Amino acid sequence: MLPTIFCTGCGIGSVMNFSLRAIHDLNIDMNKTVFVSGIGCSSRVPGYIYSDGLHSLHGRAIPYATGVKLANPELKVIVFTGDGDCGAIGGNHFLHAIRRNVDITVISINNFIYGMTGGQVAPTTPLKSKTTTTPYGNIEYPIDLSMMAKVIGAPYVARWTTAHPVQCISSIKKALQKTGFSFVEVLSPCPTSYGRLNKMGTTLDMTKHFKESTINIKIYEKMLAEGKTTDKMVIGELVDIEKEDFNTKYNKFCGELK
Amino acid sequence: MIHVNTNYCKGCLLCVEYCPKKVYVKSEKLSKKGVFPPEVKFPENCIRCHLCELMCPDFAIIVEDKNDK
Ligand SMILES: Cc1ncc(C[n+]2csc(CCOP(=O)(O)OP(=O)(O)O)c2C)c(N)n1
Ligand code: SF4
Ligand code: SF4
Ligand code: SF4
Repeated sequence: MLPTIFCTGCGIGSVMNFSLRAIHDLNIDMNKTVFVSGIGCSSRVPGYIYSDGLHSLHGRAIPYATGVKLANPELKVIVFTGDGDCGAIGGNHFLHAIRRNVDITVISINNFIYGMTGGQVAPTTPLKSKTTTTPYGNIEYPIDLSMMAKVIGAPYVARWTTAHPVQCISSIKKALQKTGFSFVEVLSPCPTSYGRLNKMGTTLDMTKHFKESTINIKIYEKMLAEGKTTDKMVIGELVDIEKEDFNTKYNKFCGELK
Repeated sequence: MIHVNTNYCKGCLLCVEYCPKKVYVKSEKLSKKGVFPPEVKFPENCIRCHLCELMCPDFAIIVEDKNDK
């Protein structure tokens, strides 16, 4: 299967690398793991993993994953999804899986654009950014996937970039061990579409840009306490709480009905 | 030993950039795949932090630990 089909320096490969290392370190049984994805460059990841997988429809990875988990709660279910897949066409599925607190891990590879289809605007595209459908710059406010997950009540939410491999692997490990909906967003370079249209250079320049344009939540919270603010995107572990997941609630409920 | 699989490498140079000990340089020779892969120029400087291995998007690098056979 290797080399992958991804472009030179595409961050999707890095996220796949981080995820597989987390899975390896945790000794997760691949015979009891299912990888689910929708459509997009990032949704091709399960195709490279020697395990069961579902390459479903654009935006529908999360409902498929929910189905797998409810039908066979023994399985560990891991979703790879693009920012368009997760936040645009699949946006409602995302919200409602969090609301239900289904025990799945969603790894969202956010490259700020629709990579696979040639670089159209995504709901995560920053203001003023150029895409093929916003050639003069985007005028729509972007959504923040991690903040959405936090607000709806996901018990584990973390955001890193491909320039933070060690931290990202540690968050993916925590996400995989969490019972309930866990969400890890990874800001990832798409040099071919987003990078080229916005003259951001190669993946080297883009990863440097990620380091400069993000701020760790711990530093951010200190700044807030001092009354300061920043435009930088907050990264780090954003939520880590315990919350009863859907399967547990469902089983209890069935027990009570008897 | 550091192994670079030039059949997988796409020449993004993340390894060259992020290695804290500057073990790699960009090769001057094109690989079979038509890219300039990294060349392991100063292997003795490697501290086996595995960062290059972690960051490579193409699974092209394996860094063996000293006690690995
Ligand atoms: C129902 C449906 N609508 C539209 C498409 C076309 N389509 C394929 S991938 C994609 C967007 C991909 O963007 P994203 O999910 O961010 O993933 P990326 O390619 O950037 O990793 C679109 C619109 C489709 N395949 N199916
Ligand atoms: S188009 Fe962008 S997201 Fe898709 S493989 Fe190429 S660099 Fe990656
Ligand atoms: S990081 Fe990997 S793909 Fe990129 S240049 Fe180095 S070996 Fe090649
Ligand atoms: S293991 Fe660390 S020191 Fe050694 S080549 Fe890789 S990045 Fe450099």
